Amino acid sequence: MKVGLFVPCYIDQFYPQVAVATLELLERLGCEVAYPREQTCCGQPMANAGCAEDAEATHRHTAACFREFDYAVGPSGSCVLHLREHVEQTATVRYYELCQFLVDVLQVDRLDASFSCKVGLHASCHGLRGLRLASSSERREPPFDHVAHLLGMIDGLELVGLSRPDECCGFGGIFAVQEEAVSVRMGADRLDDHLQHGVEVVTGTDMSCLMHLDGLIRRRDMPLRVLHVAEILNGSAEASCGIPPSKPLRSARHVRKYRTL
Amino acid sequence: MHDAAQNAVPVDHSDRAARFIAKGEQTTWHDSVLWRIREKRDAVSGSVEGWERLRDLASQIKEHTLSKLDEYLIEFEESATANGVQVHWAVDAEAHNRIVYDLLKVRGVRRVVKSKSMLTEECGLNPYLEARGFDVVDTDLGERIVQLRGEPPSHLVAPAIHIRREEISVLFHEKLGTPAGSSDPQFLAGAMRQDLRARFLAADAAITGVNFAVAATGGLVVVTNEGNADLGVHLAPVHIACMGIEKLIPKPEHLGVFLRLLARSATGQPLSIYTSHFHRPAPGRELHIVLVDNGRTRHLSREDFRASLKCIRCGACLNTCPVYRRSGGHSYGATPSGPIGAILAPGRDMEKYAALPFASSLCGSCSDVCPVKIDIHAQLYRWRQVAVREGHISGKKRLGMQMVGWITRRPARYRLAGRLARSLLRYAPRRLLYGRWNAWGRARELPERPARSFGEWYAAEREKE
Repeated sequence: MKVGLFVPCYIDQFYPQVAVATLELLERLGCEVAYPREQTCCGQPMANAGCAEDAEATHRHTAACFREFDYAVGPSGSCVLHLREHVEQTATVRYYELCQFLVDVLQVDRLDASFSCKVGLHASCHGLRGLRLASSSERREPPFDHVAHLLGMIDGLELVGLSRPDECCGFGGIFAVQEEAVSVRMGADRLDDHLQHGVEVVTGTDMSCLMHLDGLIRRRDMPLRVLHVAEILNGSAEASCGIPPSKPLRSARHVRKYRTL
Repeated sequence: MHDAAQNAVPVDHSDRAARFIAKGEQTTWHDSVLWRIREKRDAVSGSVEGWERLRDLASQIKEHTLSKLDEYLIEFEESATANGVQVHWAVDAEAHNRIVYDLLKVRGVRRVVKSKSMLTEECGLNPYLEARGFDVVDTDLGERIVQLRGEPPSHLVAPAIHIRREEISVLFHEKLGTPAGSSDPQFLAGAMRQDLRARFLAADAAITGVNFAVAATGGLVVVTNEGNADLGVHLAPVHIACMGIEKLIPKPEHLGVFLRLLARSATGQPLSIYTSHFHRPAPGRELHIVLVDNGRTRHLSREDFRASLKCIRCGACLNTCPVYRRSGGHSYGATPSGPIGAILAPGRDMEKYAALPFASSLCGSCSDVCPVKIDIHAQLYRWRQVAVREGHISGKKRLGMQMVGWITRRPARYRLAGRLARSLLRYAPRRLLYGRWNAWGRARELPERPARSFGEWYAAEREKE
């Protein structure tokens, strides 16, 4: 089975540790993984802004990058959904979000990792309602949750329930800036839900949602941090809480600076 | 009414939303009230066996009906006419208003009571009749409240959901003479009840909306919680029922599907308090039905968007929408508001409503909650494409997207742009980085700059041999 590692552009540029965790995890589970170096972006930023025409060349380029593979697996439900809906029809490769690939294709039933924290799971919408990584609260169907299932295999991890288990965080790509006030309010409300339930670490399948939430956490100096689910499943996250986030200094200074401006 | 009455000034949803959110507590309260309805809907839909199957059925019945709408409309007209009902056809809002006006005028009507009708709202019937000297009274409590405030409804089912109890207290004090400061809901509702009783008794005609019209029988179904449609119809000599042509269903047994879904989706009730079936006028009275197109046949021709005509106006997509709950119904500047409004309004007037398809995070909750399975979020995405194609986004944004497209089609350009972005994060002074241009940074930190990109890490760590 040839697996191509699909790395969303913003993960490549700003969260490389998430891609490293994804790569290592897939390798540890016995996959032969290659990273096509030529890949850029899935094209979703343009398409969601209504400019699908401007994404066409990018779509073709991305499809070409993964033509050789049986599976393209990436740590993002949103980008994978976009590829499935707008790129895949011309290629034979199957695009998979990481957790869905672990559960549905690799059928993983144990993981060697520990993480002693109270974790809140942010169910990102495109993974949830697009890829059906879990049952959504709107539908009357037998409950299931691929991501929670995998997190359940992590030693010491306590998965905390939320009041609104699958409400949107308000990232939404261009929405985050075009509808800034609503986006920020939605994110703040999500974080309140996590805080009220004693969450220490917010995790999820999509770093884009987590980037938005992390932006709020750092600006407001909230006692939370975000980690992509790949980092936890791979055991590459710091193994327990009570330790400060990895790079607190710069952001803390910025928070103070911001407040005095 | 704002549709027809106002000029085509584009609706700036994000600005209106920001102003609603700036009120702080009101957003918190608006969100929690509507979320409670969503939770009630979840609970009560779970008590129906085969909920998802019902949604499938409802969707299929509507799709079938829309595919043969011309035939069913004629069948409906024949059945209704045979029952002694007078059927009128209106090609657009103006024709609809004219028909209603003529019916009232000829009969010497002065005072009209209305039960809730989103269609008459869409057509701007109230201002049309008021301008011609009629006394028009909305009799649904919420509708009456927004009418007294001179506002459009902000929600399909709960028109005054954006207004706090204290504001209603002030309004009723001014308009109904209730004692100042009385804000007990039961007392206020009682005061309105007294006021409306006299108006019901004095009315010369009753106008109602229509929830379902059955082609085979010519019958109408009107659903209310307050019984105001029945009271109006039973007291007044003339009943005029106004309906969009998409309200049709083929057979009475199909009501068994839709009535199971409607109230549960709308308010979390198993059934609305009143489900009234009208088939023929009472002896000596008149029943008129106005069938309105107003852009619906044109919409039916749009393959990508016609599914929105399946809508049964339950409002579940509003209650579930995380944007609507925080931005308020008036931020959409359209009736209906919310996700369903955001896919219907651009079909009527893209110039004015081009911002609405962008007033969504595309979370998809609306599509999952919709009892007739309209692909609302997918339509929002497709309307965005139309909006851009027709030139309704700013040149700056379009240029930005073209740039991103140009950069991401070539790996070398992408890597260079990535390096520049990361350097900017590292070296640009904070005042520049978080300048006015940066909407993201108004309330959020930007991501921190990693030492290298994943691509650079991979090249160094994995490809060095």
